[in-house]
Amino acid sequence: MLGQGTALAELEREGGIVDRRDERPVLRFERVTVAFDEIRALDDVSFQVYAGESRVILGAAGSGKTVLLKTALGLIRPDRGRVWVFGRDITEMPEEELFHIRARIGVLFQEGGLFDSLTIEENVGYPLENQPSLRCPPEERRRRVEEALRFVELEHTLEKFPSELSGGMRRRVGIARAVVAEPELVLYDSPTAGLDPITAHTIIALIVKERDLKNITTIMVTHRYQDAHFLANFRWDRQRGGLRPAPPEATRTRFLVLQEGRLVFEGTRAELEAASDPYLRKFIRREQ
Amino acid sequence: MLDILKPPVLAVQEFFSLAGRTFRNLFRRPHYAADLFLQMDTIGVGSLPIVSLIGFFSGAVMGMQMSKALQQYGAVGQTGQLVALTMVRELGPVLTAIAVAGRNAAGMASELGSMKVTEQIDAMRALGTDPLQKLVKPRLVATAVVLPLLTIIADFVGLLGGFVIAYFFLNLSSAQYWNNAWQSLEYRDITFGLLKPFVFAFAVALVGCYYGLATTGGTQGVGRSTTQAVVTSIILIFVLNLFITRIYVSL
Repeated sequence: MLGQGTALAELEREGGIVDRRDERPVLRFERVTVAFDEIRALDDVSFQVYAGESRVILGAAGSGKTVLLKTALGLIRPDRGRVWVFGRDITEMPEEELFHIRARIGVLFQEGGLFDSLTIEENVGYPLENQPSLRCPPEERRRRVEEALRFVELEHTLEKFPSELSGGMRRRVGIARAVVAEPELVLYDSPTAGLDPITAHTIIALIVKERDLKNITTIMVTHRYQDAHFLANFRWDRQRGGLRPAPPEATRTRFLVLQEGRLVFEGTRAELEAASDPYLRKFIRREQ
Repeated sequence: MLDILKPPVLAVQEFFSLAGRTFRNLFRRPHYAADLFLQMDTIGVGSLPIVSLIGFFSGAVMGMQMSKALQQYGAVGQTGQLVALTMVRELGPVLTAIAVAGRNAAGMASELGSMKVTEQIDAMRALGTDPLQKLVKPRLVATAVVLPLLTIIADFVGLLGGFVIAYFFLNLSSAQYWNNAWQSLEYRDITFGLLKPFVFAFAVALVGCYYGLATTGGTQGVGRSTTQAVVTSIILIFVLNLFITRIYVSL
């Protein structure tokens, strides 16, 4: 108990535990419904995320996880309800204004979403070159791209094309592109989907590292409970590098579970594991 | 009944919405010059061989067919005139547009469709670029610039094809063929002959981009979009050709 107390004090010093409940949420969904034809991809979804928090969004395939992330980015407009990002209502915001909001958000798409026709350097530097509020000169762009690629240990791939890299490397380049502009909020869409366990671990370690070194608000969509476990129970060790276990309150991770577009659970890992609902149990049981 | 009509009506509405937004963006910044030149190279230089071949052989065939018909009236000497008129007024613009539709409307639909299904279009929007500005505008402008130029080349090569037939098989002199061809052309033939490809460019580029951006359903969806883009743009070329020719005839 004493040991845990010491660990918490240490985390507090690192900026891991800060009570920001009085602040405006970074992201807020209020009764959001998104429908494609007759099917509701999101159905009356409400939740909020505060600065420095981590959110894991679990759900089976087709439960609306990706739609939720795209709605948070303003790529999909809700049919009903409202979405606030950094305190601004983006529900009906014109695309030009949305670019300024998106400049503060990093995103890793499910398959990486890298541009096939551009080199890795051009891919990672894309937001720095094109985001209207980020544009920076080529020399600085190059420096920041190299820095972001060093973070994911792929600094030697600058001149390569995405097709020349493995699936895991492409995902790491995707992470570099998501964080190159030093966003305040990063969204990860199934970052480990289709990867072998070792590569998946590398990817999750990078996500935890990025979150803890820069104290970034992180939202991760996944169907793998293992990924959620790492995000909720591990922190990046600044001294020695690598992941180390941490008490759940230190990572400020909460879980959301989607089922056919509806938000069926919101709470901590302990609450999720104590749930008796068969759909919720499915995620936990699969990994145990 | 309403359910059957709904998808095509929706598609037409979305197509015009895309066209409207693209026109609105035409003079708005940012302009992606590098993408524009790349597209002009792909569409223009890339289509040169096929457009030249189609032009040459259709000119040659016209030369043969027309001389056969003219022989009955003892007017084989007029072959140049008929080849020039058919090439400049109809065959040049329409065949060039069809060749470019087959090559580039398909290319645009498959390229943009692949980008759509691999979330590159979403990534583009998320990273600060409007796909209409970055992808659709350069393709539309490039097609509108190069299609009339390709048509001029196709017309000329077609006349050359007709000349080869006239010179080697009909024993017409070079001067006779070219003078006859040149003098038969009026300014309005050339104006309409160049207005047509300019209008067709919109059918090719916008239809190609529309189907690309509307792609759903993975790689199978990309194939479907590509086919639909080619079929629709070719049909549109013929329909638009009828309307423009109607205007030409009534002037």
